[in-house]
Amino acid sequence: MKGEVTIKAEGLWHVYPPNVVALRDIDLEIKKGELIAIIGQNGGGKTTLAKHFNGLLKPTKGRVLVNGIDTREKPPNELALIVGYVFQNPMHQIFSKTVYEEVAFGPRNAGLPEEEVDKRVEEALKKVGLSEYKDTHPLDLDYGKIKLLTIASIMSIKPEVYCLDEPTTGQDHVGRRTLADIVKKMNEEEGATVIVITHDMRFVAEVSNRIILMVDGKITADGSVREIFQQLKLLQDAFIKPPQIAQLAYELNPFGVPKDLIKVREMADFFQNKFHK
Amino acid sequence: MFVIKHYEATTGILKPRMPETMRKEERVIELENVSYSYPTTPNALKNITLKVGKGEIIGVIGPNGAGKSTLLKTLNGLVPQFYGGEFKGRVVICGMSTEEHSVAELTTKVGLVFQNPEDQLSGVATSVYEEVAFGLSMLGFPHEVIREKVLDSIKKVGLSGFENRSPFSLSGGEQQRLAIATVLAIKPEVLVLDEPVAQLDPIGKSEVLNVIKQLKKEKLTIVIAEHEIEELATFVDRIIVLYNGGITATGSTKDVLTKVEMLKNIGIDSPSVTELTYVLNNEYGFSFKDSPINLSEAIKIYKALGNLK
Repeated sequence: MKGEVTIKAEGLWHVYPPNVVALRDIDLEIKKGELIAIIGQNGGGKTTLAKHFNGLLKPTKGRVLVNGIDTREKPPNELALIVGYVFQNPMHQIFSKTVYEEVAFGPRNAGLPEEEVDKRVEEALKKVGLSEYKDTHPLDLDYGKIKLLTIASIMSIKPEVYCLDEPTTGQDHVGRRTLADIVKKMNEEEGATVIVITHDMRFVAEVSNRIILMVDGKITADGSVREIFQQLKLLQDAFIKPPQIAQLAYELNPFGVPKDLIKVREMADFFQNKFHK
Repeated sequence: MFVIKHYEATTGILKPRMPETMRKEERVIELENVSYSYPTTPNALKNITLKVGKGEIIGVIGPNGAGKSTLLKTLNGLVPQFYGGEFKGRVVICGMSTEEHSVAELTTKVGLVFQNPEDQLSGVATSVYEEVAFGLSMLGFPHEVIREKVLDSIKKVGLSGFENRSPFSLSGGEQQRLAIATVLAIKPEVLVLDEPVAQLDPIGKSEVLNVIKQLKKEKLTIVIAEHEIEELATFVDRIIVLYNGGITATGSTKDVLTKVEMLKNIGIDSPSVTELTYVLNNEYGFSFKDSPINLSEAIKIYKALGNLK
């Protein structure tokens, strides 16, 4: 059900050996159907946090619940059926000889009948636009397509939650738009919860509805995209530039432009209403 | 194709000027009808003609696979000398033809910085100082000269105080600045940057871009390929749009970035503030004469609308 808590972190600490503290006392609730962006500098703890959601990492202290299940009590391969994780570096994920095999691995591993596997592979490849590359060797694809392949190989598992780690890094504008469409569809059509780790604020403004800002292993801000993008001081402290339209809205606010505009179309509509109605 | 305009980069005053009228010694980069096919990929570049004057900052934009990196690699002779393939036309850098001079010779004129600093750093130096000194010692400079050049380059990229740090202990932004310092130490006339901030987080990006903006003041000629259009719009003089190996558009930064529709059609997003003015003019019947390409211009233009409360 939409609105149910799907992931919950309670007093979560993570310490990498020997004693690098990566997460400090994180409390967090993610509800079913949310589309969340986790932002912040490298080393802030974004990836470490996300790797707790499917049990790739276990808490040093505190706990993480996925659909009420404590991640310490289930092996990662079972949790992976609920929470799919797409790595930042596709080379950490790819190992099959053809695009088809790569995408079929997950559902096969979950023990699904071959007929269902085939259906899911076709579906996933269609969604990311790679249907024509079924028989291609994954490493013969260009970087942008390899990235899409890693997403398809998680889609075929049909997880309830997707974690995408920096999907837009190294993408051109076309790649970014394709990813924005895919992420929106995952959320709206499949009803999946989507968590995106990214540095791309234009992308965040376009797709997500909630932002979690991480600095030094802590969550320093958590709220709607509109709320967070208005907090210029807070973002500056984290060296993050909000999208250009949010910055423009902030500067024009004394002249009557609402501070919470973050997209081109929204601001255009505001001017339209002021002048032409 | 648009009218090619050429702007004097360093005076601060924008004076349109045709590159053809540039005195020969002012031209630092000249490409004439350059076409190139890799041994495995044909038509990576198609008939590129380009002239760049001393001190100009040129932005190269285009979707992945458009030929941006290939174009940059022609500037120090890596294409075709290292990659082989079929090369036509002529590239002349500071009067040196890339056909007649080796990559090693050209490297003293053209410094190339890669997207990933790990591809650039030697991997053998144990300190920032040694890393920057590496290229100079290969070129046989005496110790005192090396020392002076190394410290100067380290200062220019804001890494003073890091001389004894291991290159591997640096953050992404620091490593990329170190990569730039290794190139600056050789005192090239042209600095070529291939998506230098694509792999960096926001702090790293702003550190590296600030260094590039500082270098603009030193009359260094810079060619930078980048997807971060909103950043490019704040400091480059001229933009070249590559698509399918050819130049689709070229002109002043403003002329090019305000062609919102054309750029969108080949998969490039203009800065958000430029897109905003485009939507208002073309879809909502406004008639803004000037289209902003960066935040400060946009603030000026929209403030002029007066109080909207």
